[in-house]
Amino acid sequence: MLGKRYRLGQRQRYLAFRDRLGGFLRAPMHILEHKANGISHGLREIWALLDVTFEVQPGEIIGMIGRNGAGKTTLLKILSRITEPSAGWAEIWGSMGSLLEVGTGFHPELTGRENIYLNGAILGMGRREIVRKFDEIVSFAEVADFLDSPLKHYSSGMQTRLAFAVAAHFEPEILLVDEVLAVGDLAFQKKCLGKMDEVARTGRTIVFVSHQMNQIRRLCSRVIWIDAGRLRMDGKTPEIVSSYESAMSRGDIGERYETRESQTKARFLRWQLECPSETANPYCLGSLGEVAIHFDLYLSEKLYRGHHGIALFSANRELIWGRATDGLRLQPGLHRISYTFPYLPLRPGPYFWQVSLWQEHELFDLWDCLPEMIVATPNLQHPRDEWSGVLNVPSEVRFTQLGEVECAAHRGRTGLDRLIGA
Amino acid sequence: MATTIARADASQPPLRVSPSRGWLAINVRELWTCRELLYFFIWRDVKIRYKQTAIGAAWAVLQPFLTMLVFSLIFGRLAKLPTNGLPYPVFYYCALLPWSYFATGLQNATNVMVEQQRLITKIYFPRLVLPVSAVLSGLIDFAISFAMLIALMIYYHITPTTALLLLPIFLLLAVLTALGFGLWLSALNAIYRDVRYVVPFLVQFWMFVSPVAYSTSLVPERWRWIYGLNPMAGVIEGFRWALTGHGLAPGPLFAASACGVVLVLLGGLIYFGSIERTVADIV
Repeated sequence: MLGKRYRLGQRQRYLAFRDRLGGFLRAPMHILEHKANGISHGLREIWALLDVTFEVQPGEIIGMIGRNGAGKTTLLKILSRITEPSAGWAEIWGSMGSLLEVGTGFHPELTGRENIYLNGAILGMGRREIVRKFDEIVSFAEVADFLDSPLKHYSSGMQTRLAFAVAAHFEPEILLVDEVLAVGDLAFQKKCLGKMDEVARTGRTIVFVSHQMNQIRRLCSRVIWIDAGRLRMDGKTPEIVSSYESAMSRGDIGERYETRESQTKARFLRWQLECPSETANPYCLGSLGEVAIHFDLYLSEKLYRGHHGIALFSANRELIWGRATDGLRLQPGLHRISYTFPYLPLRPGPYFWQVSLWQEHELFDLWDCLPEMIVATPNLQHPRDEWSGVLNVPSEVRFTQLGEVECAAHRGRTGLDRLIGA
Repeated sequence: MATTIARADASQPPLRVSPSRGWLAINVRELWTCRELLYFFIWRDVKIRYKQTAIGAAWAVLQPFLTMLVFSLIFGRLAKLPTNGLPYPVFYYCALLPWSYFATGLQNATNVMVEQQRLITKIYFPRLVLPVSAVLSGLIDFAISFAMLIALMIYYHITPTTALLLLPIFLLLAVLTALGFGLWLSALNAIYRDVRYVVPFLVQFWMFVSPVAYSTSLVPERWRWIYGLNPMAGVIEGFRWALTGHGLAPGPLFAASACGVVLVLLGGLIYFGSIERTVADIV
């Protein structure tokens, strides 16, 4: 039963002597205040993690999910001994390493080669182990030509690749990984996932934190769901992931904080999906049929030269689709904006809608719609291609042998003559 | 009911993660397993110290050399302080070697926890590695500036006596002094950033109560053991004596210095150990 307690209030990041001194000088006042209103100051405590109990078998790949701030990283930090628990204990059998970020300890003045050694040593690899894997790391990172120039001259993409390459060749018996596969370009991410698959097959034990349910589905057999510092569910991947996704789309996970400033002239109130065919869940798209998306907007001022924009983002904040509407004239009151699509050919996963409303150049409201939209449509391709691209579209493929006539049509062009002549 | 990861064939005892108890939390054996990391930290410090400077490692010589020139001019030529028969340049350079090693080591150790904040919050390793590497990496500079001393001694025809064999002991004492105080200051600086601003003053005052610019023979004999509570007094006088054969041979002053260092070092280890396991939350 692991627990981690943090004190809130009075002190957060660091102390200066004057804080201690000030606390002392103010102390008598505090006592008075306590008596006056019964609120304790400066002693608010939160349990970032409480009563989390689980067991991991050797060779298991465990996914850890939960919204931001649920305590996943805190749990990893305790297990990896970066910080100690306030209560409870954990036993770790075997050599352990953690990847809370990649490229920890990289120094811009050192060369790529030197950084590989330094980073490897910080992760916990021995010098001999690094020497043995050095060539593999370099070719994985695709930086062979720049090995002896300082890291500060690398592009950020190259730095990321190098960092990943070292991390990917780090092979303790137990590996704790925080959301580190979410950076780099897509091709490189795929390569890293492939490497993770490989590592998983060698029988290592991995605890893997991710917000990307497709990665979790692909890599993990078991999932632990941490919610508000507590262990909410623990079980087989498909069950836990789908309950997590449906809870996310119901918006019932703890409190959701909206950071949006309050707008006085207009405000988007809610959004929902409407599929004629199915489901009660208004934030989850389950089939590839016709679909309507509604946004409710309250206007307290007349709109006479309005623009409205809508955008659909993937979980990585890539823009998938967008549209703008100009010359809007609307009366004050409640309005519903509806978009209809014959179908939305998206891969399963979380997506975000963003809607905005402007009067000339003045922003009335911009809303990153909550909760996010969960797409749970069946995959239409071979399972192996499940993660290539963003679209999930029905497609057919056919191979046909063509005759002399078609060949003749290509003659005289391209390099075909040589090929055919041969 | 607890959190267990990978209960394998149990050939080795498990690593247990739990709230720390007791006051001696430093795990020395663990530090030994991290000696390779320690080596890499020192190597990194040395590599980047003079990156992108025009004259590079010559700075290691130039700093004590210029100070020596100024001291020889002011305290030697103008104030005519006694040196027990040593030429002023040798007299001052012998003292400045351990002193500048100590002063930079102390300042580097003070700042190291804050400078490596990112590392501390992202990965586990025995935190003790950081101040230790900060103190040890200064030895490279020490070695470089030592070459200049050899040149000076040849120039002034000073031949070392057998006392030279004791030099490593004085150097060790300098390292332990820097480490002992460095542990305290780096741990304190992780919590109270004020420390960073105090240390430069501390170093300045400290130099005046150490026999860098003058000889301990100026201190009345019956007060010398108190004067020796400043460990750097024993170190500096020891350096002069071991290198040149002149000056005060180690006596009660040195014994007092050595005892002082051991106490500070033990205290530093305990204090550092007490913040080590939660420093990632505060730094």
